[in-house]
Amino acid sequence: MPPFPETIELIGENLACRRGERLVFAGIDCRIGTGDALVLIGPNGSGKSSLLRLLATLLAPAAGRLLWGGTPVEDDPAGYRATIHYVGHLDGVKPALSPREMLGFWAAWRGVSHPAVDAALTAFGIEPIADCPCRWLSAGQRRRLALARLIAAPAPVWLLDEPGAALDDDGEARLVAAIASHRAAGGRVAVATHQPLALPGATTLALDRFAAPPDAIAI
Amino acid sequence: MRAFLGLIRQDLRLGIRQGGDIGLVLGFFVLAVILFPFGIGPEPELLRRVAAGIVWVAALLAAVLSLDRLFATDYADGGLDLIALSAMPLELAVLAKAAAHWLTTGLPLVIVSPLLAILVDLDPAALPSLVVGLLLGTPAMSLVGAIAAALSLGARRPGVLTTLVVLPLYLPPLIFGTGAVEASLAAEGARAHLLLLAALSVAAVPLAPLAAAAALRQALD
Repeated sequence: MPPFPETIELIGENLACRRGERLVFAGIDCRIGTGDALVLIGPNGSGKSSLLRLLATLLAPAAGRLLWGGTPVEDDPAGYRATIHYVGHLDGVKPALSPREMLGFWAAWRGVSHPAVDAALTAFGIEPIADCPCRWLSAGQRRRLALARLIAAPAPVWLLDEPGAALDDDGEARLVAAIASHRAAGGRVAVATHQPLALPGATTLALDRFAAPPDAIAI
Repeated sequence: MRAFLGLIRQDLRLGIRQGGDIGLVLGFFVLAVILFPFGIGPEPELLRRVAAGIVWVAALLAAVLSLDRLFATDYADGGLDLIALSAMPLELAVLAKAAAHWLTTGLPLVIVSPLLAILVDLDPAALPSLVVGLLLGTPAMSLVGAIAAALSLGARRPGVLTTLVVLPLYLPPLIFGTGAVEASLAAEGARAHLLLLAALSVAAVPLAPLAAAAALRQALD
């Protein structure tokens, strides 16, 4: 995995999120520097997934802004999107394709010329099923395949939404190892999780502290 | 470019592996055309008169039938998030998906259309203008269909909504397509109609992806 030596920070300033009429959270400041890990915790509905989608630019913030290396993300959204990997609840796996084809496609879609498909399959222990159609995969195997995208096409920022869901102990150990080597190479990671993951030196952000009062109206 | 071709290749692969999709569209096309002689009677005079219209309308409906697979599965399985998260503009992703849709729907319809035209006794002299017309008009149908498919994402019954949105938009290709056949039957030359069909497709290449990408962004929010 190539290192990401640049000391570029991902900064969220005063972020607020609105879903329909409801203000989910407001006033969140976060900072993810080189090698940092940000762990998002909070009860269901507190906005962990929304914050990750907001960091991924899939949602527009109701207030506040995102800065990548000091410049607002909206100035160069395409450049910013090329630096992030987002693994959400849905894995985007096509039942008719094999894991190897899926990884090859996602790497090509991100413009990677020599994707590390084999390394990615090995890192998450799915090389025995690499050429089976994905419709045969279990939930845990699909999750491993979704996470293998992180290795197949390197990107400096990982945004992971409940990455440990459906994973067994071995899968979780592989996930923790992948995050550790990503951070050691200078990568940054934001994780929303309910189960404790071994992430030394991680910053924890408890989202229930930023919950907006029920009658709050977004600015 | 690699990303663009990669997306086309994946959609082609999906279309071919799930061969039922292409077969379904062609089967619908053939059956819809075959129904007409039963409905309006087998007199060759009458059939010959309406042959071009039958083939064009059946092709339109068959194309509509396949539109929901354009974005709906990607929307449901989260693949659309990942497509949106790329340095590639979403407009180019739409163009790639519409191209793959044309290759798995429009092109097979064009290839089968001469056989069906013979079945409904179209004058062989008008066959070239029917086939060329479909060849020029079906890209516009895939591209405009992408707008409708993107707009109806998240609706409770997206297939029905897509059909309602898209059928009025398919009137121009239908008018010029059947017009081309009429003109060549009247020995007036179908050139003008075919050029207008080509113009529709050429205009749709930049415009439809813009509109469809805007609709997709709305659906992702």
